Amino acid sequence: MPTTDLSNPSAATRRSPSGEADAPNHPLIEIERLSLCYGQMRALQNITLNIPERLVTAFIGPSGCGKSTLLRCLNRLNDLVENARIEGTVRIGGCDIYGPGVDVIELRKRVGMVFQKANPFPKSIYENVAYGLRLRGMRARGIVDEIVERSLRSAALWDEVKDRLHASALGLSGGQQQRLCIARAIATRPEILLMDEPASALDPVATSKIEDLILALKQEFTLVMVTHNMQQAARISDYTAFLNQGELIEFNTTSQLFTNPSRRQTEDYVTGRFG
Amino acid sequence: MSDADSVTTPPSPPPAKPPWHDLARGRVARPGEWLVEKGIFAVSLTAIVMILLIFVFVGREALPILLGQADSAAARVQRILPPEDVDRMTPSELRAALGLSRRKFAARSLEEQKAALKEIYAVRAEADRNGAEAIPDKDSEVNTVGWRYLIRPHQWTGYSRPEFIWQPVSQIQKFNVVPLLVGSLKVTLVAVLFALPLALGAALYVSQFASRRLRAWIKPAIEMLAGIPSVVLGFFALFVLAAALESVFAFQSRLNAFVAGIALGVAIIPVIFALAEEALSAVPRGYLEGALAVGASRWQAAWGVALPAAWPGVFAAVVLGFGRALGETMIVLMASGNAAILSWSLFDSSRTVTATIAAELGEVVFGGHHYRVLFLLGTLVLAVSFVANLVADGVMNRLRRRLASSS
Repeated sequence: MPTTDLSNPSAATRRSPSGEADAPNHPLIEIERLSLCYGQMRALQNITLNIPERLVTAFIGPSGCGKSTLLRCLNRLNDLVENARIEGTVRIGGCDIYGPGVDVIELRKRVGMVFQKANPFPKSIYENVAYGLRLRGMRARGIVDEIVERSLRSAALWDEVKDRLHASALGLSGGQQQRLCIARAIATRPEILLMDEPASALDPVATSKIEDLILALKQEFTLVMVTHNMQQAARISDYTAFLNQGELIEFNTTSQLFTNPSRRQTEDYVTGRFG
Repeated sequence: MSDADSVTTPPSPPPAKPPWHDLARGRVARPGEWLVEKGIFAVSLTAIVMILLIFVFVGREALPILLGQADSAAARVQRILPPEDVDRMTPSELRAALGLSRRKFAARSLEEQKAALKEIYAVRAEADRNGAEAIPDKDSEVNTVGWRYLIRPHQWTGYSRPEFIWQPVSQIQKFNVVPLLVGSLKVTLVAVLFALPLALGAALYVSQFASRRLRAWIKPAIEMLAGIPSVVLGFFALFVLAAALESVFAFQSRLNAFVAGIALGVAIIPVIFALAEEALSAVPRGYLEGALAVGASRWQAAWGVALPAAWPGVFAAVVLGFGRALGETMIVLMASGNAAILSWSLFDSSRTVTATIAAELGEVVFGGHHYRVLFLLGTLVLAVSFVANLVADGVMNRLRRRLASSS
């Protein structure tokens, strides 16, 4: 990272909030006039949004509204898409992550992600969690063991897998796989954790475990999650952004947005008239 | 009463419809389609039938040797009967002794045939008298197509120690196949070791790193390599490659297993590439994203996650490449130097099983021992390539299913 410094975000997070949306205190992520096109198709239009530190922010909206795309802008995973073009800025802790000279690898080490579909590697449970540590050159057996255990405990999976840490991760159930992916993401202590519909493929029991987990993780991480389940957003998020057709319609505290939405579209959506 | 009538018998009956049991017409309903379908089915079966037929016919020629029924020593010792015995022969015995078909036998009179046989025996007796003056060879008693002499070393007359000798054109034909097997193995191993890193690197690049536009160029280019006739590659190896490598390594023999192996490697790169690339491309995108999301570089994701996930495919690619290299003929015939000597050195001229078949089968006595040994070698190559294909196919199918279920 020659030109930018991601390692000292504390000064930037204290800056006064800006943007049209009802700005929360201490924004960690500042999205400003962000647009994204896939070829000719405009997926995001002019989005301005500040995401607060150590709280849960949910993106809701109908399918194809761009909420996942927006989430993937935050760790630059959209870079993989060949014809994606991005305008506007995304600042994390004051640093423009699309600026020149930004080390994307370093960025992703600090912005972890959990995907809609659990994607454990075809390795052992232990190796899945240790993967990020190994990438950082961590080899000492004792330390890795300890972090793996702590991460699995944080992900509420330890008790279920402690006797078969070296069995294949693909033998776990869907819910367990998703919690394993969360453990993998938090093992490297990112500051921000992105979650793309982490419970959409799970049954109610597994979902409630994931939700409890999210509430617990809030103590340490800044969480940004995409969900199509409005009850879920209402239950666990502090702030909610409502997107429709690539535009940010409304951003507010969750209680405000659900009980007293300022826009008609939002009201229609949260009351279930469309979407 | 009239109401009931109007229900059971409608006033004007509708136009006659075909009765329902006509539905059960079966295949007769569309005989054309049925015939076409069976026809295509038969066509699709031809591949299986062909493989079966090849196995049967190639194997059949080698059968006497496989079963140990052929005896070259017995064939060498020829029967001679005195003229009185020939006179006493029945016509059928006479025909068997002359080895003639019924038609040819009937073309001449019995007396003429007896005279011909006596003539033959007289010539043989003369030849034996001359031969007795030559040095007697203990090897003439040996059945050189017995298993022991096909695969184990033997101290032939004139040699100072037991050796593996392939010398099918000589007074005593020597059919030891070990030099050929070693030759094939050497060349094939060089080919696989040369092709694997190149093909795997290309597959990794094309599947994990290349942009879509670049991939659209590279993939067909490598696959086009498969379309180059092997005689052209052999020609290239013979003149360009051999000269270039000779100037680098300063070989004793210009054409050798190493040169042939490199040229053969070029020929199997597309085979290994195609399968490895398919396996790597089938790795679910989720693995790649998951790795990148915890801060892996593209290279770390490709090497540490995609490659292990596709590992069975790479294995299958190598097995298939091995099978192809083993069966390839033209390149090795042209570039390996074709010396059937037993040597493990890569830089000695050597001769492969396939090159031997190609070079010698055209000049053998039909049905003779040399002929049968060549067919035995052919059966061996066929079986090994077949197994390699089978293994590669099985592994790839399992991998496809596994990756598909987790993507």
